[in-house]
Amino acid sequence: MHELSVTENVLEIALSHANASLAKKVTDIYLVIGQLSSIVDDSVQFYWDYISENTICAGAKLHFNRIPAKFRCINCDHEFQMKDELTACPNCGSMQTTIISGEEFYVDSIEIEKEVDKGI
Amino acid sequence: MSAIRVPVVEKIFSANDRMAELNRNLMNSHNIFSINLMASPGAGKTSFILETIKRLNHSLRIGVIEGDTAPVTIDADKVIAAGMPAVQINTGGDCHLDASMMSDGLSQLPLSELDLVIVENVGNLICPAAWDLGTHINVLIASVPEGDDKPYKYPNIYRGLKVLVVNKTDLTPYVKFDMDYFRRGVEMLNPGLVTFPLSCRTGDGFYEWIEWLKSQVRTHQSNS
Repeated sequence: MHELSVTENVLEIALSHANASLAKKVTDIYLVIGQLSSIVDDSVQFYWDYISENTICAGAKLHFNRIPAKFRCINCDHEFQMKDELTACPNCGSMQTTIISGEEFYVDSIEIEKEVDKGI
Repeated sequence: MSAIRVPVVEKIFSANDRMAELNRNLMNSHNIFSINLMASPGAGKTSFILETIKRLNHSLRIGVIEGDTAPVTIDADKVIAAGMPAVQINTGGDCHLDASMMSDGLSQLPLSELDLVIVENVGNLICPAAWDLGTHINVLIASVPEGDDKPYKYPNIYRGLKVLVVNKTDLTPYVKFDMDYFRRGVEMLNPGLVTFPLSCRTGDGFYEWIEWLKSQVRTHQSNS
């Protein structure tokens, strides 16, 4: 897929939330990526190291929470998980299904460091 | 220093999605219906657009945005030769169009003189699926010689489609393409998807597509 654009977008989102929280540094970024969103984690990490340089996100660790693709059979209501490729419902053989997870693609949270408020 | 977890919960393509919404609003304000046409390279996107223009026979005013990875104007030139305004967007090697490129394309079209904008996305079955351009519907052209297993291999692009076109049906006697197997895969990803099997070369099946398209544009314009 287009890992560079993905990584640029992640950086932009992380920076805007970090700045809004007056962060000095971003240490961790938690991403939620469904199995049907075909991105390659290693490529994102590779681009990340380059594009986050000289920002407060430099050196931050990316965490990928992969959500499996799950389907619900319209015919018999059985729920099943996709392994490598699309399959019919293992319970009744129907291919009429709805997708219940696997399309997630968002930044869930970031971990930041900020100067401790010394108080008044 | 203290470590703090900050909740974000923001879609990775949220910036693109916001721009897409602006594009959609801009087209709505001009009473324009638009389609994002996706397919693999060689599925017949440009031929399909040209045949659609020809068969609409000036009943709709059409503008075309051609996305290409290389700075060539071959496709746009063909559309202009067919008598419709077209702009070529060079993605500079990127594998897909995004909402910002779409916005560029729209700015070069005479919007007040159009009913329909057709966007020909970059030939690719993976990347274009992730980027909302701000068009009203996504259309995919699958073609018979590509094989019947594409829904199984590229599931993402079949999600979010409003219409599926199966092109080059005239080649069915010569290549192995099990339409039932193909349709079962599609059904799993997008139940009840409107599908038009047709051939740009023979014109078979085109009538149904053209009538459907006209009715979509009419409905959109009467609701605007």
